[in-house]
Amino acid sequence: MTSTSARLGGRVGVRPGWQVATLVDAWAESPSARTLVLDVPGWPGHAPGQHVDLRLTAPDGYTAERSYSIASAASPGTASSVGPETVPDAGPTRVELTVQRVPGGEVSTYLADAFAVGDTIEVRGPVGGWFVWHPTGTTGPLDPAPVLLLAGGSGVVPLTAMIRARRAAGSRVPFRLLYSVRRPEDRLYTRELGVPHPGDDGVDVTVLYTRSAPLDARREPGRMTPADLAAWGWPAELGPACFVCGPTGFVEAAATMLLALGHEPARIKTERFGPAGD
Amino acid sequence: MGSLTPGFHGRPRPQGVALPPGQYVTEDFPVLSAGPTPRVDTATWQLDVVTETGATHSWSWADLMRLDQEEPTVDLHCVTRWSKFGTSWRGVSLDTLLADVASAADFALVGAYGGYTTNLPLADLLGGKAWIVHTYDGAPLHPVHGGPARLLVPHLYLWKSAKWVRSIRLMVQDSPGFWEQLGYHDYGDPWREQRYQGD
Ligand SMILES: Cc1cc2nc3c(=O)[nH]c(=O)nc-3n(C[C@H](O)[C@H](O)[C@H](O)COP(=O)(O)OP(=O)(O)OC[C@H]3O[C@@H](n4cnc5c(N)ncnc54)[C@H](O)[C@@H]3O)c2cc1C
Repeated sequence: MTSTSARLGGRVGVRPGWQVATLVDAWAESPSARTLVLDVPGWPGHAPGQHVDLRLTAPDGYTAERSYSIASAASPGTASSVGPETVPDAGPTRVELTVQRVPGGEVSTYLADAFAVGDTIEVRGPVGGWFVWHPTGTTGPLDPAPVLLLAGGSGVVPLTAMIRARRAAGSRVPFRLLYSVRRPEDRLYTRELGVPHPGDDGVDVTVLYTRSAPLDARREPGRMTPADLAAWGWPAELGPACFVCGPTGFVEAAATMLLALGHEPARIKTERFGPAGD
Repeated sequence: MGSLTPGFHGRPRPQGVALPPGQYVTEDFPVLSAGPTPRVDTATWQLDVVTETGATHSWSWADLMRLDQEEPTVDLHCVTRWSKFGTSWRGVSLDTLLADVASAADFALVGAYGGYTTNLPLADLLGGKAWIVHTYDGAPLHPVHGGPARLLVPHLYLWKSAKWVRSIRLMVQDSPGFWEQLGYHDYGDPWREQRYQGD
């Protein structure tokens, strides 16, 4: 396993060509999001934060391609998920994605509603070598600095992969996640990120509700503010590695606040999912 | 391949438009950047062209505005799969900018405020194919889209059109830029779907 992991750092690109993957399991992650477990034969492993490209083919040959972040931890053979009730053992060829249904969306509605267990799909990846966190240093440069994760909506997907990779690697690097969602029912990985999970000591999760909050929320509903970052994030002096992911509007706002709070631009990595904002 | 993604039909296909493989049409103007958006003041803005001998040519914002301005209307193709048709810009052709620069270089490494870099053959910057643009749709280019000025090379995937452009280094040998070092294609022709290394 270490020899497989060691090669990953060098291979930050993508394996050329597409592979056919099969949907082997799926469950509702929220009323509007679905987690897909794909079996991808020959999957080379991945680093947390990377994504895959999916290609869908219609009967007339028309194809649509979209990117989806990988939710599962990088390490092969590690149970990466706690959902739904049974814990599927995410084997080395299993890749988990979580798709948020975008109303009227061409691809997300198909993946969330029609794509059935046993169906096949073309996959390419893993893609991306920039928006990644390396838990051990065997898969890339080890950064012992604390980690600040800022998620807007489904932007929590690759950031959860980082938390899962930290857990799988037994890493003690302190993590703080600020997770902005509209309403309690929109949360993804609610149990896993809600109740401290074994192995997640040192991971602090703050959910920021923008529209309506439960009684035990840490603050009133509203968009993320610099005060939230000051209260629940890391001070800039600690030089945290910052990962910001979500809709473009969220990422722009969050990255601008981080800069204003004194975080180094070079320490802020961003991934923008799409146009829609909250 | 008939059995792939059964039940997927997709949207009505765009008719009569030239869409590269794997792309879809959007009316929005999505944003892709690797980090925070730099805020660059035109009062201190500067563009440097450095040749392979080290000779440096610099333009201030006022210098740029004094050059011949063109108004290209072009289609954009982003590697994240959206394409946007008929975008209108105002700026300076690289032919104008580089006209008096003496060089035997074949490659360029474009640098940006914020540290981003991208490489491309010099031939792709010349011949009416590339501009330094500062106005989009009649208004000053917004920082999230690369303002105050970005490179525009519409015949290649949009990551080649460096936002917040700061420098152009002319080189005898090719040298990969930011995404190119991270596994993206060295050239990035959307019509040949050159997204990643090996495509
Ligand atoms: C690197 C990367 C990683 C991504 N990871 C994930 C992920 O883990 N989970 C996930 O659910 N999505 C993710 N996305 C977004 C995903 O690729 C699609 O853009 C999204 O599923 C919408 O596709 P669609 O075909 O359903 O919508 P389209 O048919 O393409 O668009 C329909 C309408 O929705 C708008 N729209 C497009 N994208 C979004 C969006 N992301 N949010 C809201 N509205 C949108 C469009 O402007 C349009 O008006 C990622 C995107 C990128 C670039």
